[in-house]
Amino acid sequence: MSERGRLRTAKDLDWLAAEGLRTLYPAQPKVLVGAASCGRAAGAVDVLKAAREEVARLGLAWRVAETGCIGWCSEEPLLDLWLPGHGRVSYGRVKPADARRIVRAAASGKPDLRQALAWMAGDENPCTAAHTPYTQGSNGWFAGLPEYAELPMFARQARIVLRNSGIIDPTSLEEYAARGGYRALLRALTELQPEDVLREVTRSGLRGRGGAGFPTGEKWRRVREAAGKTKYVICNADEGDPGAYMDRAVLEGDPHSVLEGMAIGAYGMGAREGVIYVRAEYPLAVERLRTAIEQAERAGLLGEDIFGSGFSFRVRIVRGAGAFVCGEETALIASVEGHVGEPRPRPPYPAQQGLWGQPTCINNVETWANVPVILLRGGAWYARIGTERSKGTKVFSLVGNVRNTGLIEVPMGITLGEIVEQIGGGGREGHTIKAVQIGGPSGGCIPAEQFHLPVDYESLVQAGSIMGSGGLVVLDTGNCMVDVARYFLEFLEEESCGKCFPCRVGTQRLREMLSRICAGQGTEADLALLEDLCWVVRETSLCGLGQTAPNPVLTTLRYFHHEYLAHVRERRCPAKVCRELITYFIEPTLCDGCHACVQVCATEAILGEKKAVHRIDNSKCIRCGACLEVCQPKAVQVI
Amino acid sequence: MTGEAIRHPEPVVEIGELLKGWSERAENLIPILQEIQQRYRYLPEAALRAVAARLQVPLPEVFHVATFYNCFSLEPVGEHLIQVCMGTACHVRGAPLVLERFLRELKLPRPGTTPDLQFTVRTVRCIGCCGLAPVARVDDQTYAHLTQARADSVLRRYRRTRSSPKPPSEAAEKPT
Repeated sequence: MSERGRLRTAKDLDWLAAEGLRTLYPAQPKVLVGAASCGRAAGAVDVLKAAREEVARLGLAWRVAETGCIGWCSEEPLLDLWLPGHGRVSYGRVKPADARRIVRAAASGKPDLRQALAWMAGDENPCTAAHTPYTQGSNGWFAGLPEYAELPMFARQARIVLRNSGIIDPTSLEEYAARGGYRALLRALTELQPEDVLREVTRSGLRGRGGAGFPTGEKWRRVREAAGKTKYVICNADEGDPGAYMDRAVLEGDPHSVLEGMAIGAYGMGAREGVIYVRAEYPLAVERLRTAIEQAERAGLLGEDIFGSGFSFRVRIVRGAGAFVCGEETALIASVEGHVGEPRPRPPYPAQQGLWGQPTCINNVETWANVPVILLRGGAWYARIGTERSKGTKVFSLVGNVRNTGLIEVPMGITLGEIVEQIGGGGREGHTIKAVQIGGPSGGCIPAEQFHLPVDYESLVQAGSIMGSGGLVVLDTGNCMVDVARYFLEFLEEESCGKCFPCRVGTQRLREMLSRICAGQGTEADLALLEDLCWVVRETSLCGLGQTAPNPVLTTLRYFHHEYLAHVRERRCPAKVCRELITYFIEPTLCDGCHACVQVCATEAILGEKKAVHRIDNSKCIRCGACLEVCQPKAVQVI
Repeated sequence: MTGEAIRHPEPVVEIGELLKGWSERAENLIPILQEIQQRYRYLPEAALRAVAARLQVPLPEVFHVATFYNCFSLEPVGEHLIQVCMGTACHVRGAPLVLERFLRELKLPRPGTTPDLQFTVRTVRCIGCCGLAPVARVDDQTYAHLTQARADSVLRRYRRTRSSPKPPSEAAEKPT
């Protein structure tokens, strides 16, 4: 942290930013390791350690730092090398030994480009509109290597929310400041009236990124105008949708952006206290936030009389305890107050009566992270990005059966096809992509025939889904749509809080019917009943969880009716997933008798001597797939 | 849980010590329970009673909260906690089979704790590492791109590190 202590003026912030620039773009080479939770899962901590040791061993004065999610999850762990005057180069699937070799080669004067994925010629900063070139003119060092902007995965992206993720060290307030951080708060507090803040946000057209898409400016105005002695702002970081990790990545990679957004919002709405409600499953995000809050408090960016403006704002963290329904705003408030997370009917909305009965603004992580950029560049600038009714960008976690999995940020209005084919690079070998599941358990499955649809709130609702928080799971011919629907209903049945009957019992009955169909015990009459029940649950449930719970069933019934029919008429699972409907066998012409399958079979269902053709005894086979996994000549097959 | 073979020694609950850092406001119920869960790896009954008395929250309400949220457990957790992610991305890339393999290897009929209190297997709904699916977390370490074979090797790693069996009471009281 700054030696100066509290920041009071623009000059103080300039000084902090200058400190940050020295480590952000140092004169010496720098090693960056993507060490968000996903990077760590892939082994980033060991890579980081190896790089540090090698740098120390060679006596180099290089910085070795962590950074947040670079976004290229399928290539993790990622190690980046900053070479002053030459650019930055990214290496994928780096092991500790590779890290040592990469450091050694760079120290000897010429980078080793084995495992190099791409190089970066500069970066954009949406806060300041500045382009920072990393190199002058053409660059011989990285000849033959693609530049990031040339890669289809990155060319179509526009990074506003993810502006700093993968660039700064998330534990460095100075580096955040060097990227234009806390400029927006300074501007709001010293140049703008609260009314001006609301006007800019309204003009931007920003809508809630948590899923439902309520206009942010309108929500803020309601809180501002509501009567109440204390007002609260809450950051909903209870990212419960399975298959989604946008908020985690922002909190781990750029925590100050959320704090700054909240402080600006609080100033606009007249709140003095903020709460960040974070999922229990995100320990690193909590740690990063704690560090960031401490830093901001010490620098006077949170606390009393910020920038000498008289405005005071404090933020505290509340850790969730593992309940999906707490993503619903009234349930979240109940949880913050120490109760079970059960929703209550709205109105009154939290904007009128929220935390402790006071006016409360709840926005999610991504929404808050947009705010500083909107304040610096203006609402009109932001509104130029996107479509008529959906402005700005959206972060998605692009996962499932797609080649390039990762965290992406795209302008609204891009089509699903562009995301899946260009950014995602298409499907895995041997399968064809047939749908994307978007919006988590509240969303739906959109078939490949509809991939021309633009990503905006209205189009996705029309297709039977919702924008949701940003989970985008790609499904291919190896995935059974009935099984996917059953999966979501099982999830919702477990996570239904049980307060209202239609959701509690409805999700249970829906899951039972889907399980029967998956087991080959369903009938065509069940399909009609299934659809009827969906409408009842949708119309009569108390909160968003139940109201949207039928979406995964309704969209799969609508677009993949033939798969349901195959299950009930022919007792067949076209994707070969539903276990009661498949049979494993060994193709004799391919089996080389290697015995690997016999060794992993848990039920001694595979017969045959070594070097001889094997066969499966179906009375013993439990269809666990262990043999399929180990069979090199692909003789184990499923029908 | 797998049944009668397991004995659950109640650890000595120094709840007064633990409660010192918290004001007695009812809103602190969840964070206090989280701290107890972290310290003992489950919520001992004596602790729930002490918290109820201290915060002046009815015991049924404390019990309601303790059973509503997934991260609380009323039974001791094994020495190693295996959390198999069942998020969407993991599901469509084979997580159910990976879970089954963990259970089969540990001879558990369903998620729960092994009789020797060495392992607890739980499912968890998304730990947010979807790009590396399927994944599982053992204690604080996340394992990516799991297959059934890799599940075996992960288990071996934890079995090996256990030199001598610890008495359950020590294991249960070990702060994490």
